[in-house]
This record gives sequence, structure tokens and C-alpha cells, in this order.
Amino acid sequence: MFDKEKLEQLKKSHEEWENTVNTKVIAKRPERKKEFETSSGIKVKRAYTPVDVENLDYGRDLSNPGDYPYTRGVQPTMYRGKFWTMRQYAGFATAEESNKRYKYLLEQGQTGLSVAFDLPTQIGYDSDQALSEGEVGKVGVAIDSLKDMEILFDGIPLDKVSTSMTINAPASVLLAMYIAVAEKQGVAPNQLSGTIQNDILKEYIARGTYIFPVEPSMRLITNIFEYCSESVPKWNTISISGYHIREAGSTAAQEVAFTLADGIAYVEAAVKAGLDVDEFGPRLSFFFNSHNEILEEVAKFRAARRLWAKIMKDRFNAKDPRSMMLRFHTQTAGCTLTAQQPDNNVVRVAMQTLAAVLGGTQSLHTNSRDEALALPTEDSVRIALRTQQIVAYESGVTETVDPLAGSYYIESLTDQIEQKAMNYLDKIDELGGAAKAIDRGYIQKEIQDSAYKYQKEIEAGDRIVVGVNKFQVEESAPKGLLKVDPKVGELQKQKLVELRRTRDNVKVNAALEALKNSAKGDDNLMPLILQAVKEYATLGEICGVLREVFGEYQQSIVL
Amino acid sequence: MDRPIRVVVAKPGLDGHDRGAKVVARALRDAGMEVIYTGLRQTPEQIVETAIQEDADCVAMSILSGAHNHLFPKVVNLLKEKGIDDVLIVGGGVIPEDDIPGLIEAGVAGIFTPGTPTSVTIDFIRNNIKRK
Repeated sequence: MFDKEKLEQLKKSHEEWENTVNTKVIAKRPERKKEFETSSGIKVKRAYTPVDVENLDYGRDLSNPGDYPYTRGVQPTMYRGKFWTMRQYAGFATAEESNKRYKYLLEQGQTGLSVAFDLPTQIGYDSDQALSEGEVGKVGVAIDSLKDMEILFDGIPLDKVSTSMTINAPASVLLAMYIAVAEKQGVAPNQLSGTIQNDILKEYIARGTYIFPVEPSMRLITNIFEYCSESVPKWNTISISGYHIREAGSTAAQEVAFTLADGIAYVEAAVKAGLDVDEFGPRLSFFFNSHNEILEEVAKFRAARRLWAKIMKDRFNAKDPRSMMLRFHTQTAGCTLTAQQPDNNVVRVAMQTLAAVLGGTQSLHTNSRDEALALPTEDSVRIALRTQQIVAYESGVTETVDPLAGSYYIESLTDQIEQKAMNYLDKIDELGGAAKAIDRGYIQKEIQDSAYKYQKEIEAGDRIVVGVNKFQVEESAPKGLLKVDPKVGELQKQKLVELRRTRDNVKVNAALEALKNSAKGDDNLMPLILQAVKEYATLGEICGVLREVFGEYQQSIVL
Repeated sequence: MDRPIRVVVAKPGLDGHDRGAKVVARALRDAGMEVIYTGLRQTPEQIVETAIQEDADCVAMSILSGAHNHLFPKVVNLLKEKGIDDVLIVGGGVIPEDDIPGLIEAGVAGIFTPGTPTSVTIDFIRNNIKRK
């Protein structure tokens, strides 16, 4: 991009400047630290110049927005056309309670739904199973059967609202319930839009809501890819998630690396199952974290887009440009929220929102200030949503696409994060792919080491967290936190008794038996799960049948 | 005490958030304690069993799902039922301040919420171990 001769001159004059600063300025006014670095351990220079991007080729490395390799964004107009989808992750207690919260959020101008399920639902247990005790309705809504799902979406038009569901191991069951509810509303599957997370590998790595071992899990995932490409074409069949990897303590570069490594594993599994990469590739979506270091985060999003485009094109020979576009949802970093002086979290979330938007996200969840203490109250959620609206309507950063492109620092960081991620991908390939690397605990160990380093930096005072290890104040206990009624568990149990009494148990058993038989073979299980769901078989019953056939995943513990 | 303090770090319930548990486990180990980490999804029965098997001086549990009021006291009571009263029990995670008095009352010796330096937890365990 730059004239060679001029660049040489520049190099010289910059070196001279550095020397002067090092010898004269520093002596009088020392810098705050000996070395500066980003979360990913990238050394940060005093100032960046054209020399740092001397090899940058605009057409090859950036190109125009909406063009390969999509570094600048997946659409040509981005937020000049329409803003990202503002999508708050919500759900707690019963379907009735959560339905009320969804309607409230839609009234407040939210543009998509995002369903949080409780842990028993995520792990495929009914509310009345022993392991569910104490957990029902706590971190999300309890869904035991199609009945609950009908209540959850009551009065919400599924042809108009897109819904994201954070569900992984039992993703097929919840998707089937969603399809069945839509049908009852008179909405055909091909009109449905939304996302299921359906990303089991990161559950093994970082999030923990796995059920089945790797192989049958990968089969369920490819079954969904295949089924949706025919029947639910507007559905995002997976949300390959770096969010939880980052929450578990990874660096920005590790987040990109391990997420894309998982992505590669899914594409390989689907191709191996006989699917065409361009048939399912356009429906793959991603989910990233937006952490505190704004500039590194922006570079991370750009690096992820560029690297995924290359992987799909060069490694998997995708032809459809849509297969190469990394579309992603973002959530601000929950792990940066402090229990101390919780109002300060509003400011953190605002910065993280800015990073996600400057990085070109397709949708965004902003965390609420009180989430280090409890589930958020309605007031806190409204502030979080308003934060997005203020960035969208008032900040001006949405008026042009990828406004930070061409910044010497941003482009240099983008290159370095991509390079670090590629090094990890090589290492993971050597280990035999993501599933093997997880099995050996390699990915988990890398993340844990970063998490431990981060904590030690805080305790040594090398990393300042405002209100936690500096600028503390005496605080009284925060008031007005949201409490989930402990009766929820009882309520769900009663509903199950009623359900089992009123449904046609002969048909339920037949559907479960059919599912069991097919699970032993290699049929696509989606139609059978849909059938069982429609007969009001419970989530626990369906997953129970699959547990019998598939067995359960055994975690590899590394410390 | 002539042997290092033995701590079982456990994740009761279905919650998969183990960053805190693992960071604490490593910090305890670096502080010279012997640490047994159980992994995820432990029932109170399993945790008590591990504590007995491992001859633990302390059981340190972490929950971020909100199930603490149910699961922490259950572990305390199961130990009591087995006639074990010299194991120090501590807990951590996203635990609202309002819930802490009840948990202490139930027999959890200390609760450590987000932002607690690991050194505080380490000192607490050292100073409160019941076995001599």
C-alpha cells in the first residue's frame, strides 16, 4: 500500500524517534509499565506507523465490505441498512413467567428473542428427576414438554420474531418443540427463523451441559444440519461458540482459535456424513464474547471473519460465498462484571457494546449490571437494552462500515491475532482435530492457564479491576435482586403429573420405541424426535431413551 | 498438623461454570495444600463419599446456578449423619448476600463471593481447619 522508498525513510525516522523517546523522554517521564501487552500476549508498541502494515494488500487482506475475505464485514452496507438484532438472553422460573418477560422485552423495542433454559432442561432431565432438585427454573426457564413450550411462546407470532435458543445436547428436542408450536400457530417450518446453539464441543471444553459422548453427539448435530437444509431453511443450525471459552478464561486469540477449531470439526463431520459443504455452510453461525480491551476485540472479530472465509474456501472448497461468511452473535463479557459497585458494570457493558459494533456483529446481548449477584431485574435489563440503543442511535459509529479499518494498530493486531489462531489450529490438527484435543485436555489446559494467569495478575495488582482491587468503597448489601420462587420446582412437578395423566401414553411409548430403534441404526433422528414431541413425550423421556442407546460423556478432568 | 491440608474442591449440582473452582483449586495447590478436584455434576452424596475416601480436612464447593441454598446444607447434613464433624466446609460462587447468614447457620463456615482474592480463601482455610 505504500511507496517503498518512502517507507524506508519512514522506518528510519521512526527509529530515530523511538531512540529519542527512549533516551530523553523516558528518563524524565517514565512510562507506567516496562512492557505493554494485550490479553493475548501481543506486545503493544508505543505507536504504530505504516511500517507495521507494510505487507497489507487491500484487495487480498481486507477488500470491500461484503466481499471475500469479509474482514470488513459480511454485508456491503452493514448498519447503514439495518442495525444488528438486539437480543437479550432471558428466561427463568416457569414458561408463564418467561413469556411475560419476553413480551416486556418486545414492547421495549427488542428485535429478537433469546431463550435461556434451566440446567435440567439443558442436560435433558425432567423437573421431577432427582438430579434436577434445587435447579428447576434457576438459570433459565424449565421446559419439560411441548405443553411448556406452547405457554412460553403464547401470543408471540413465530413468523415475525426470530428466536435464539441456548440449547446444546438436547437441541434437536427443543427445535422439534419449536417447530410443533409454530405448526399450532399456523406457521410453516420454512417461515421460521432463529438459531439453536447446538455446539457440543464447547460444552466439553468450557460450558459443561453435555449429555452424550462425542460420536452420537456429532451425529445428532449433522442430523439437524441435514433436516433443516430441507425443511427449516432459514434456521441457523448451529452457533459455534467462543463466548464460553472466553468466559472460562481464554485470551482473545485463543477464543478465535478454539472456536474455529470446533467449526472445522463440525464441517468435517457433516462432509463425512455425505452432506455438501454449500448445503449447510451458509447456515453455520458463530457466537463471540466482547471483552474489555476494545481495540483487541475489534481486531479479533475481523481476524475471525478473515480466517473462517479462508478455511471454508481453501480447506473445504466451498463455492457459495455465503458459506464463507462468518456471521456472529455477540454477548458482552459476563466475567468482567463485578459484584462490587455494580453500577460500574453499565460502563463496562457500554464499552464492550462499542467493541462488538465496531467489530461488525449481527446481533448482540448486553449484560445487566447486577448479574454478578443474581439474575437481572427488569430495570437492569432495560438499561442494558438502552445501552445498545444509545450506541445504535446516538454514537455515530454506525454511519460507516468498519470505521477502524486502516488504523495501523488495528490492522497489525488483526494480523497478529489471525497468526496466533492459525498456530493453534496447526497444533490442534497435529493432535487429530478438536475432539481429540479436548479428549486429551489440551484445549482446557490452555484456557485454564490463561485464567489462572489473569487471576494472579489481579492479585499482584498488575491488572486493575476498578472497585475490586483499586478504588474500593464500603458497600452495603445490594437491594432488590431478582429471586426465583423456590415453588417453581413443585409447580413443574404438578404439571408433569397432569401431563402424564392426560396424554395418550400408548402413542407416547410407541414414539419413544421407534426413536430408540432408529437411534441404534443410522437414520436421521429429527423426524422421530418431532413425532415423540408432538405426542407430548417429555424432554427427560426422549433424552432418557437416547442415553440408553448412546451412553453418557465422561469428562476429562485436567487441573 | 504433620501433613499438608487436604481439600476436596467440588462442583455440586448441574452447573458447568468451573473457572472459579479450578482457579481456586490451583491457588490452594500452589499454597501447599493437597487438592482433589471432583469435576462437574457431583451429587451431595458423591461429594461426601469423596471427602471420606480422600480423608479431606476441607470441602470447598462452588455453585453459580443459584442452587446453593439447596445443595450446600445437604452436604453439611450428610456429613453430620455420618458422624463427621471435623471437616471444614466452605462455599463460593454467585451467592446473594441475603443468603449468606442462612448458609452459615446451616454449617457452611465461609462463603466467598466474586472478586474474593484467592489469598483470602487460603488464609481462611488455614486458620479454620478443625483437624489438628
